Amino acid sequence: MQILLNGERVATDARNLDELCAKLGFAEAKVATAVNGSFVAASARLATQLAEADEVEIVAPRQGG
Amino acid sequence: MLELCGKHFTSRMLLGTAGYSSPDVLRQAVEASRVDIVTVSLRRESARARTGQGFWALIEQLGRRVLPNTAGCRTAKEAIATAQMARELFGTNWIKLEVIANDDTLQPELFGLVEAATVLCAEGFEVLPYTTEDLSAAERLVAAGCTVLMPWAAPIGSARGLINKPALQSLRAYFPDTPLILDAGVGAPSHAAEAMEMGYDAVLLNTAVAKAGDPVKMAEGFAKAIEAGRLAYEAGLIEPRDMASPSTPVAGTPFFKIDHAS
Repeated sequence: MQILLNGERVATDARNLDELCAKLGFAEAKVATAVNGSFVAASARLATQLAEADEVEIVAPRQGG
Repeated sequence: MLELCGKHFTSRMLLGTAGYSSPDVLRQAVEASRVDIVTVSLRRESARARTGQGFWALIEQLGRRVLPNTAGCRTAKEAIATAQMARELFGTNWIKLEVIANDDTLQPELFGLVEAATVLCAEGFEVLPYTTEDLSAAERLVAAGCTVLMPWAAPIGSARGLINKPALQSLRAYFPDTPLILDAGVGAPSHAAEAMEMGYDAVLLNTAVAKAGDPVKMAEGFAKAIEAGRLAYEAGLIEPRDMASPSTPVAGTPFFKIDHAS
């Protein structure tokens, strides 16, 4: 399955968002997520199924003004 | 003391965390300015670099309240989703709401800003909107539930100072009880002092400190200017006048003679 992860096309066999985060090493990381432009809370990642061409954002704290 | 969203703060300066030459310079600048609030952002995290994880450790060390922003968002939808991610990530319902209209000016997109503020306030966020000096936009933002307004001085990073001072004064007069934080475009401590003398409640800045020759010294300079401006506002400035008015008493001046005395 091809998804758009943080703007880049990647192949994944992760069935849901929680699994994708774990495969990327973000299971315990300080990250927040969105799928197809909508926020997905950490508690809802397991129930968020991924589909072909989904656009996934995984973000973390960064410097800002 | 500065009161924002029901919380009290000693410092009237808010400092951005971007653009410093090193994490240590950022830490020293925060300490030198004695700010209570620092602004942060969120960005895409790489599984390899994991940059955000290290930055979060630094922020925790600073021990300041964080004010996350939605910098770079172009639509209300993007800003809302970013604010929701920020709330979970940083554990705060405070959000510096930015919806950007234009790459060259980085000016607020006021229609999207009001739309996003309306949704986020209804969701329980404390929305601190980055706006212009426009009075009608300010009215809409307050009606949406914003209890703080953050008008720009000038475009972000431009260092121009208060380019529309009369409008900023008008905003102050029109919203006497709403905390006003001057945000963006400040270049020099004198700009910050000018806003504080006008009765602005606080100043938020980043680039003017981060890109200064000595950011730590500049952070201290801004802190002192903001404090000086606030003291001046509280003390009450004298009115400017066209003609001179001697400060030294005229009565008893040696050699004084009334001109043309007959």
